[in-house]
Amino acid sequence: MSAQINIHNLKKSYGEFQVLHGIDLEIAQGEVVCVIGPSGSGKSTLIRCINRLEAFDDESEIAVDGIAVVPGRALAAVRAEVGMVFQSFNLFPHMTVLRNVMLAPMRVRHSSVKDAEARARVLLDRVGISEQADKYPENLSGGQQQRVAIARALAMEPKVLLFDEPTSALDPEMVGEVLDVMKKLAGTGVTMVIVTHEMGFARQVADRVIFMDGGNVIEAGPPAEIFDNPKEERTRSFLHAVLDH
Amino acid sequence: MDLFSTFFNMPVLLNSLPQLLSGLLVTVQIGITSIICGLIGGLFLAITRLYAPTIIQVLVRGYIDIFRSIPLLVLLIVVYYALPFVGIRLSPFLSAVTALTLVSAAYTAEIFRAGIEAIPHGQFEASAALGLSNRHTMVDVILPQAIRIVIPPLTNNCINVMKDTALASVVAMPDLLKQATQAQALSANPTPLIGAALIYLILLWPMVYVVARLEKRYSRGR
Repeated sequence: MSAQINIHNLKKSYGEFQVLHGIDLEIAQGEVVCVIGPSGSGKSTLIRCINRLEAFDDESEIAVDGIAVVPGRALAAVRAEVGMVFQSFNLFPHMTVLRNVMLAPMRVRHSSVKDAEARARVLLDRVGISEQADKYPENLSGGQQQRVAIARALAMEPKVLLFDEPTSALDPEMVGEVLDVMKKLAGTGVTMVIVTHEMGFARQVADRVIFMDGGNVIEAGPPAEIFDNPKEERTRSFLHAVLDH
Repeated sequence: MDLFSTFFNMPVLLNSLPQLLSGLLVTVQIGITSIICGLIGGLFLAITRLYAPTIIQVLVRGYIDIFRSIPLLVLLIVVYYALPFVGIRLSPFLSAVTALTLVSAAYTAEIFRAGIEAIPHGQFEASAALGLSNRHTMVDVILPQAIRIVIPPLTNNCINVMKDTALASVVAMPDLLKQATQAQALSANPTPLIGAALIYLILLWPMVYVVARLEKRYSRGR
């Protein structure tokens, strides 16, 4: 039982409506998992449960690195280890790009200003926006903002990175630059769970693809298997709809 | 007696000016003390109302509603004339500051709450995902953004507090209005009252102008 993320019987409801119907999932350290499926299938909710941005049923269990994801002090420890990149970037608009990346290490890890800044500059360089360090988020393009958001998440040196449709809010010509940064991250040892509609990216980068529909995991396996040889009819019809226009 | 010697009598005005200016000082002292205490109290109430356990939230909401409903003059008279019956005897200055602060804190709390609630939910989520504590989320992320939104309505509230200091004259506080009415009685001429009205105008008009500028600036958005 050395999976880095353990999800057992994950259930979640909004009132009467059940979004997740008891999902079981294990994700190994360093694994890159892409979650695909139609909208409303519960895939975003699934990854938002991993750092408990969404509360889930008491009978359900999620553990990251063996630490149970439950409210209280332990949750802060989990969140410090789990970075997240959002569809809508959610950068802090009143801070420069550099400060956005420096904030969490300083407040949560108690890094000195000097260390935090040095590390932030390295990360901004890595995502290719070191020249924009002193600008405010509003002066950056969507693709640049999302790359800052990735750098901000990396600043906490997370063991797990969650991506919630990171390219869905971007203009088409900016999708590539964000996916390129994510490709470089894959294989660096960080565990990545990515909710995406970019099937080409999933095929190329994922170790495992998970297809969800109606709050259930319908099918999971290596990309070649899911994309070329899906076993389930629902997977086939979904892929047919998104891939063949 | 023509109009000028009645309402704009220069010798009377100059004679009463020192008295009016000492009243102005008292007015400004009451106003600034109440504004500062109201801001601190209001921020505390707003955060309590949003994030405290439910029972405390209900109590805070009750406080805010009560003190936004009660007329300030009534509250001031209760504080100054009624509380001594239960052994609480406040000076005129403290009575005025207490009444103004209690009411200002209630209004300020609502302003701060609206400001905090106007911050997109994604900002809270991004902070939580980074592992920031609630305190750091507020201090580093939410409040700096909320302040921009609440500055115009807060300045407006400050103007109201400044104006309401005039009510302190009914509890024998030697503020600007009280000094003016006394000077009027002494000189048997209403010019000191006109002088006091002009001083209030000079004090508050710039603030009104500033609010209008701020509202225009912030309504344009970032």
